[in-house]
Order: sequence, then structure tokens, then C-alpha cells
Amino acid sequence: MANRTQLAKQFIEAIPHAQALGMVLDDIGDGTATFSMPYDARLVGDPATGVIHGGAVSALMDTCCGAAVMSHPDAPGGTATIDLRIDYMRAAQPGQRIVTTAICHRMTRSVAFVRATAWDDDRDRPVATATGAFTVEGR
Amino acid sequence: MARKRPEPVEVVKARRENALSALVEAVPFIQFLGVEFDRRGDELTGVLPFRDDLIGNPLLPALHGGVVASFLEITSIVTLSWHYLWEDIESGAFDPVKAAGGQLPRLPKTIDFTVDYLRSGLPRDGYARATVSRAGRRYASVHVEAWQDHRHKLFAQATGHFLMPPPEPSE
Repeated sequence: MANRTQLAKQFIEAIPHAQALGMVLDDIGDGTATFSMPYDARLVGDPATGVIHGGAVSALMDTCCGAAVMSHPDAPGGTATIDLRIDYMRAAQPGQRIVTTAICHRMTRSVAFVRATAWDDDRDRPVATATGAFTVEGR
Repeated sequence: MARKRPEPVEVVKARRENALSALVEAVPFIQFLGVEFDRRGDELTGVLPFRDDLIGNPLLPALHGGVVASFLEITSIVTLSWHYLWEDIESGAFDPVKAAGGQLPRLPKTIDFTVDYLRSGLPRDGYARATVSRAGRRYASVHVEAWQDHRHKLFAQATGHFLMPPPEPSE
């Protein structure tokens, strides 16, 4: 298992855009994944407040959801996002790392359903939640 | 009554271009992704020039889903802000110099954003156009479509809801 996590970590962190955003895989296995992304001034969406752009949070959550699908016990050979909805509950605190956990809670022959939550340092108040459907390919 | 003489075209164009670049250049994340905007009158088209670090699947290769979502969200917010600020831009109340210095007017905030991934994004330039379906005083609803080679063959579309900034106290 540790070996598989290591492999997934190397694979995902090598994705060019994951690397550009500084994403890190913290944990993965059995249909769940946890990723984080450090605060970076280049990702700011509102210069007046220094809050990270929603798009960067989307990218982190999309990657995390895809990884959760791939780590499911009935993992497909490959997956792609069909749709992803993100709800932004509040602005992430400038300067803080964003952490997100995704769970693939249902896998059919053709579709994987995923939920994710993102936080900053305050783990009681999520920054964003996501719901997505992913393809199940080449099993 | 004598009609007011229309302004010279260069004056009109320069005012609009300055406002647009101030809006786009003030946001670090727009610069980070390299998104640009084409303007024809008040119509905006977001342009995402391809770069290797936008890739999410190196095997296909395909654009990262997060890049697509970011591009659509940026195009939505800039288009919404553009329409919201239009009258201030035209009247001269919007000051591009102040805006470029970071003193932007308050921008709309995303409430939710739903992306439909219709086909994988190819390793080439992408384009997006957003329509403001409803712009209320507090909430706005925006639909956005993105394509690459063919305008009618979309690779992604999205709908988002936005919280409009509170009215600025008049000075």
C-alpha cells in the first residue's frame, strides 16, 4: 500500500499543471484522496484581498476527485471529468495552505460519483465543496 | 438642438482598451494562466494560448480539467465585471490608472460554478465567450462556452452564480 501511494504521488505530482500549482498528494487509498496546495501570490484572484482565485481551487479539487476515482477498489483503467460543480462557501484565508479530501462514494460500470471538501487552517468551516461525475474507462 | 459631435474613434478605443487591460492585468491568476481578452465593441472573447504547463494528461495529451475550469471562470468574471463597469468606463468614472495600481473596483464573487467537460482539451489555443443571463443587484447568473478549432464544437461549457459587489458609497 505504501508503495502504491508512493507511485500515485510520483505520477500525480509530475502532471505539468499539478506541478505548476505546487499540488502535493498527502494521502490516497480505497476511493479517497487528500491533496494540498501552498498559498502562492501568483494564484491570487482578488488583488484587493489577496484571496486565491476559485479556478486554482477548482484545479486542486478536480485533481483530488480524479485521484479518488483511480484509488477505488474497483478502479477503472482511466477516468475523465464529466462534470464538476464547486460551491464556494467562503474566501480562503490569504497565506494559508488549502487542503482537500475527496471520496468516490459510488462506482457503476460507466460512472464514478465523487464528493470533495476543501479547507484552510480552520477545519470547522469548509472553504469549498465539490460534487462530480467521472467516466469509467478501459477496465 | 445641435447634436453633440461623436468622440474620435481613437479616443473611444483607447478608453475601452485601457479599462480592459487594467482589469485583466490587475489579477495575478489571470496572468499566471496567460489568459488574454479580445474585444469587439462590448463583446469579449477569452483566449487561452497553449503552454506545456497547462497539461493535465501527458499521455493524450490533454489540458488539465482545472485549467479548463479556471479559464471558464476567469472569462465569466471578467465578462460580468466588464458589463457591470461598462457605464463607468464610458463615462470616465472608472480610472484605469488607479485600477492598474491595484485599486480595482470590487469584483463579483463566485457562489458556485458547474463545468461540463464535453471533450478533452487539445494542446492548442482555446477560446471562450460568456453570456450574462441575468445581472441582478445582488446576484448574477452567467453561462460560458469554450471551443478550440470550431466555434460550434464546444469542448466545455459552464454555468455560474455570482454575488455582485455592494454599491460603492458615492463620494
